[in-house]
Amino acid sequence: MDEKTLIAKRVALELRPGNLVNLGIGLPTLVANHLPAGVNVMFQSENGIVGMSPVPEAGAVSGDLSDAGGSPIGAVPGAAAFDSAISFGLIRGGHLDVTVLGGLQVDQDGQLANWMVPGKMVPGMGGAMDLVSGAKRVIVAMQHSAKGTPKIVKRCTLPLTSVRRVDLIVTELAVIEPTEAGLVLKEVAPGITPADVLAFTGAELIVPASVPTMAIAG
Amino acid sequence: MSKVRTVEEAVARIPDGAILMIGGFMGVGTPPRLIDELLRQGKRGLTVIANDTARPGVGIGKLIDAKAVRKVIASHIGTNPETQRQMMAGEIEVELVPQGTLAERVRAGGFGLGGILTPTGIGTVVEEGKQKIEVDGTVFLVETALKADFALIAAKHADYLGNLDYALTARNFNPLMAMAAGTVIAEAEDIVPVGVIPPDAVVTPNVLVDCIVAKEVRHG
Repeated sequence: MDEKTLIAKRVALELRPGNLVNLGIGLPTLVANHLPAGVNVMFQSENGIVGMSPVPEAGAVSGDLSDAGGSPIGAVPGAAAFDSAISFGLIRGGHLDVTVLGGLQVDQDGQLANWMVPGKMVPGMGGAMDLVSGAKRVIVAMQHSAKGTPKIVKRCTLPLTSVRRVDLIVTELAVIEPTEAGLVLKEVAPGITPADVLAFTGAELIVPASVPTMAIAG
Repeated sequence: MSKVRTVEEAVARIPDGAILMIGGFMGVGTPPRLIDELLRQGKRGLTVIANDTARPGVGIGKLIDAKAVRKVIASHIGTNPETQRQMMAGEIEVELVPQGTLAERVRAGGFGLGGILTPTGIGTVVEEGKQKIEVDGTVFLVETALKADFALIAAKHADYLGNLDYALTARNFNPLMAMAAGTVIAEAEDIVPVGVIPPDAVVTPNVLVDCIVAKEVRHG
């Protein structure tokens, strides 16, 4: 199993029946492919729909129905479409249960940077700042390091997305929970030891006496 | 008097240097004929308020390609390398706004409000230079209202009076922008008799709409 699939399968276990869920572009979108049996959730796309689905069959495409990346999607029975103010009202107003986002850095305080690299990449924050500020639960799904450089760091050097502490970090090596006391190592990936995780982490980790192996969705 | 106009007449009302709100999200819900006509008439120095600048050759991206835009207020330009290039080269001014904040600033402009209070952006570069207000122990950022000279809207249906409805995710910023501009030009996929859009299904009331343009030239 490749690293991204492993991350997506682990994140999928965090979703509960009936959740309203927003998946960021890239790795987080893979989570939709690995929902455990019996877990029915509604996916929001912030451009204005609750109940997005993949395009049901080749060619069944509407020019009026796309995801936040502009790619064609479908919709499940019971889907609802609305304007951008309602869409972000859902996000900011405490109606969105979970958002899964990619990350460039997460720091010791659980603060996320994921929208710009000064001088290199200035794409704009899109909906990320509202999602991190407003979702009931924020899960960061990312690779543990970027070309050997840790992405979990003492203090973010990149511009923050929000000062809100994220709820969970899932990487191909570990599941880490940011808490008041610091970053707690909750699970390690199969074949990985806590020492391996520490070697690739640029922040202090609180390592309990026993760290279970990551469960992953089938 | 009928509001239906040719695309040439409707776009001729827009002067160089105008502030435009343009509906759409990655080109979906952006009025294609109005964009093409802005280019054909060679408009320059425009300020564009929109969610994004799509891609080169797509939707608002065409205005960027043609260097018709002086300033962009948007939430995202990452899918358009040409916008980023012009920004880095100092050819275009870009103000990046969190998407939910952009929606609310436009809404405030159209709803007669001076701005809104949001938690989004607190503690980030977005708060720089902005006023903060504490309400019941929570600190919010003051984000001011946005208005425009013209709103360019894409609708599914317009009736002869200018009542509009929208389809699926092509709705996005369109109904908000239709409230927030001095002159509203709506491009509709279909222009239908009054009554075809039932009162309960009207999203943008006709009183807001100044010009209606058909998305395609058809029979008659």
